[in-house]
Amino acid sequence: MKTQIPLAAIDQPDLHSQAKRRRKNSRVKTLKHYGEKLGWLVASLTTFVLIWESLAFFNLIDTAILPPPHQFLGEVTNQEQFFDRQLGATRVGGNFVALTAISATLKRVFAGIFFGFIAAFSCGLFASYFRLFGKLTLPTITLLAPISATAWIPLAILLFGVGDSPAIFIVFIGIFFSLTLATVDCIKNVDQLYINTGLVLGASRWQIMRFIVVPAIIPSLFVVLRINFFAAWASVLAAEMVGVNTGLGAMVMVARQMFNVKLMFLGMTLIGLVGYTIDVCFAQVQNRVLWWKAATKI
Amino acid sequence: MGEILVRDVSKVWGIDTPEEVLTLDRVNLTVRPGEFLVIIGPSGCGKSTLLNMMAGLDTPTSGLVLHNGQTVVGPSPERSMIFQQPSLLPWQSLIDNVAFGLTLKGMGRRERYQRAQEFLSQVGLQGFARKYPHQLSGGMQQRASIARALCLGTDILLMDEPFAALDVQTRFKMQEFLLDIWKGSGKTVVFVTHHIDEAIFLADRVVILTSRPGRILDTVDIDMSRPRDVASSSFDHHRSLFIDHLRSEVTKAFEQQELVEMFDTSIK
Ligand SMILES: Nc1ncnc2c1ncn2[C@@H]1O[C@H](COP(=O)(O)OP(=O)(O)OP(=O)(O)O)[C@@H](O)[C@H]1O
Ligand SMILES: [Mg+2]
Repeated sequence: MKTQIPLAAIDQPDLHSQAKRRRKNSRVKTLKHYGEKLGWLVASLTTFVLIWESLAFFNLIDTAILPPPHQFLGEVTNQEQFFDRQLGATRVGGNFVALTAISATLKRVFAGIFFGFIAAFSCGLFASYFRLFGKLTLPTITLLAPISATAWIPLAILLFGVGDSPAIFIVFIGIFFSLTLATVDCIKNVDQLYINTGLVLGASRWQIMRFIVVPAIIPSLFVVLRINFFAAWASVLAAEMVGVNTGLGAMVMVARQMFNVKLMFLGMTLIGLVGYTIDVCFAQVQNRVLWWKAATKI
Repeated sequence: MGEILVRDVSKVWGIDTPEEVLTLDRVNLTVRPGEFLVIIGPSGCGKSTLLNMMAGLDTPTSGLVLHNGQTVVGPSPERSMIFQQPSLLPWQSLIDNVAFGLTLKGMGRRERYQRAQEFLSQVGLQGFARKYPHQLSGGMQQRASIARALCLGTDILLMDEPFAALDVQTRFKMQEFLLDIWKGSGKTVVFVTHHIDEAIFLADRVVILTSRPGRILDTVDIDMSRPRDVASSSFDHHRSLFIDHLRSEVTKAFEQQELVEMFDTSIK
């Protein structure tokens, strides 16, 4: 079946140097874009901090309740007090250094997201592929989904006591229901054309799932996961405040109980920074996972 | 050798609902092994429906489709289909797309890439193996779809208006290219279009469908030698015949459309 190629004249990948130049230009443009964004972030923060600092400097606010940033950020170097087992020791144990608090919270959030994603993904696939299972589970899941993760905290503490497990459970719950429903929904919306493509090329049911359905839904699921991350983040902090007793949430709560306002603000700042950083990472991953979606503008 | 028989096939969409439509009405058709058959008809007459039934993606409401004497009950890699819409998988590189049918068969990576590369060169896309579909033009994507269908080495190619979205020059190139591939390959092609010149340029035989419900209005043999000259008098002769046939059908289709629309607004 040898044929000549009558189409050689069109669609040739020529103009290589031009393309290269354009690629370089676009890289410069992205750098510029990020630079500008970062610039405005710094400017905005500086303005905010300056206003706060000057209000404090001129004694216009009560620094006992609203200590200016340089004071509470300075607390980071003052780690000695965190080790002091006398300070709120009954509630927090020794687990109170800022870094320890951050890693405790992160560990819970990521463990919860990891298990939640896997469970929801499998459950959604199962519910879509086995009708009976879907019909039996989905209505209940739909009813459970609107119960906010925070509302599960008391139960979690009753079930698991104090420690990592109730917090992980909270994140898990916060993600599981909505992500399961999203999975089922995304599977329903996979373009029939892609499924037909698989079918005429001889794909079995299992191959359709593996080669077409799963890659087609992953990007949308990632978006849902990113949205739900914030809810999970918030609920794990709440759990730490009420009963889990370690982590960033506990840090803020104990600081209030000790009237250590500076520590409280430090905790809040850390919560903000860590949450922001994770979201930025998520966005980066999303761009990687979503590249073909963005490119085809589906 | 690929032979397809369509026997008394009717298709009703939305059966037992108020929107019930008879789309195809007792269609009989024999696709001979090795021939290039073109199906032409006005928009909405059921061409895609008919082709999908040949592919096994739809089932007839009544009647039978037979492939080499066996009833078609579902899709099979024995019959390659090229869809009306671009259907490359956007998350796979071009070579993975072309080799997809082989992947499904469980062929090893090395071997299938080698095969796919061969077919990519055959459609003039050898330098694009690592590109992704969105990085290609519509014509290149459609060529890659053809390569994907050819890669399985099937006897039957079902093509649903594969060039409809292309500009005139590219379309013309693609038609010549398709004939090149088909010529001497022994493959059976069923090609759907609503473009008269395309039908005459490509076909051994043209089947004309009526507007909805689709029936076979006429079957015309095109016994011109290839390559065909679109400016020749015999081409013109066929063209005016088809125009006559189709004009009345398209008018009918439009009237139906208007009736339906009037009906729709009266409900609202
Ligand atoms: N899945 C479906 N459900 C209900 N009706 C359908 C469905 N698919 C097609 N139809 C109807 O069947 C008729 C024929 O559709 P079909 O797509 O086969 O037409 P076509 O000849 O391919 O048209 P075109 O040239 O525009 O592609 C149309 O009236 C359409 O509304
Ligand atoms: Mg169609």
